[in-house]
Amino acid sequence: MSKEIETPFYDSAQQQNAWFLEMIETLKYKDLIIHLVRRDVTARYKRSILGVAWTMINPLGMMLILSVIFSQVFTTVEGYAAYILSGLLMWNFFSQSTVTGIGSIVAGGDLFRRIYVPRSIFAISAIGTGIVNLIISLVPYLIVSIAVGKYPTIYFPLVIVPIILLSFFSLGISLIVASVGVRFADVVEVYNNMGLTAWMYLTPILYPLDVLPPWLLSLEKFNPMFHFIKLFRDPLYYGNMFYPQLLGICFLLSAITFIIGWIFFIRMNDEIAYRS
Amino acid sequence: MKLPTVPDFDEPVIGVEGASVRYLVPREHVGTFKEYAIRKIQRRIFNDEFWALRNVNFQVKKGEIFGVIGANGAGKSTLLKLVARIMRPSEGRVWVKGRVAPLLAMGAGFHPELSGRENVFLNGTLLGYSEKQIRERFDAIVEFAELKEFIDAPIRTFSSGMQARLGFAVATDQKPDILIVDEALAVGDTAFQEKSLGRIREYQQKGTTTLFVSHAMGEIERTCQRAAWLHHGQLMFIGDAKEAVDRYLGRLPNTL
Repeated sequence: MSKEIETPFYDSAQQQNAWFLEMIETLKYKDLIIHLVRRDVTARYKRSILGVAWTMINPLGMMLILSVIFSQVFTTVEGYAAYILSGLLMWNFFSQSTVTGIGSIVAGGDLFRRIYVPRSIFAISAIGTGIVNLIISLVPYLIVSIAVGKYPTIYFPLVIVPIILLSFFSLGISLIVASVGVRFADVVEVYNNMGLTAWMYLTPILYPLDVLPPWLLSLEKFNPMFHFIKLFRDPLYYGNMFYPQLLGICFLLSAITFIIGWIFFIRMNDEIAYRS
Repeated sequence: MKLPTVPDFDEPVIGVEGASVRYLVPREHVGTFKEYAIRKIQRRIFNDEFWALRNVNFQVKKGEIFGVIGANGAGKSTLLKLVARIMRPSEGRVWVKGRVAPLLAMGAGFHPELSGRENVFLNGTLLGYSEKQIRERFDAIVEFAELKEFIDAPIRTFSSGMQARLGFAVATDQKPDILIVDEALAVGDTAFQEKSLGRIREYQQKGTTTLFVSHAMGEIERTCQRAAWLHHGQLMFIGDAKEAVDRYLGRLPNTL
């Protein structure tokens, strides 16, 4: 704080390249993002005995219940517990980070009314929290996967690629739904409940791909989450290098969604300020 | 050490030019998208306009303590939001030269479960400081707030006065160019109030401009040189603080 920074100048009439200026502003607040993530990760378990271990226990419990039930149905999948857990981790990351991101923009709360902070910060920090939780959850995943006899390969570190791509996709979705949801609360409600539930069951997370009837299978290529989960499972569950085509699809999906979300959000920025 | 250059007290730092804020208030509540779509097709969307501010013009110079007074709902907080760039005016223009620091009322932005230490960092980054800057200034902040021995306890165990002291210490650690104060200028007990007012006066002499909203007319008369009186979103008077208070309280005949 010792060195003098140049005097900033704010002009409300300056609206050219708003999307770019907002991005610069957001980058200035990168330390805030880190602190918001740290707050969300640690404060959540502050008064509990097991602390951060809950982050690992939650997906493990889910996986245990689901694999006990469904391993009777899908006997063909090798290492079924590892199969669903790999899908669930990615899905939980997506659903939780979008739900909290949208909530913090739409509900906003006290802070928005008192202090200027680029609003996208809250959606970004929700993604950051999701990434931390996902990486912590990889520990129980590895334990389960070794227990069912699927050992990690040298491709394991590549999981970072789908995580980064899905982050941008999730951010785009958060910003789009939040921009609409500021005006119509029911859009958020539908997304959080019906939307996400339907989307989850339409994505091959709990079941192997080959149980789908051909007509549904041919529709899966329009489901972005299908591609992201495949991209995640390749290095993690199958222990393979992913196909370049798949990588390209996922890259395009996340880039396009992020850009649309960002521009849409900047356009709605005034409306969000007036309504929160 | 370089001596600070003498601030130019004639330089305007805040400009509000024909600023209006218009809220659209739906005549009937349309909360769901479904309802909105149906009504849109039937062309049954009616909005009432509500002008929280209407064509407000003024400038504030460097180093002024500028008061804003008016009844509840007169548009005082909306005006502060424009200057703090929380919202943009629907019409007109607002410009601000320099770094704006809002004095957050009573621990807004504090997380109850986190320690005082973690909250200093969280609050500081919210105000736009970097992690490194706060680390350098951490001891000075805690010292000013006089909370050294409690700083690692969760903030929920702090009294509201202690939270306010910590909030003040973080927000005012660095001299801002513009300080925005909504309601309480001085926080904490009497001794700390003296201390915090002392800091604000010191900053003012070095060129910090303060925008001050209050319902305590005595405080406005004592601390501000100039004040603006807002009534239903319109600027009724701007000028000498004492005169503004007198007009607002109806002690002087109003020309308007």
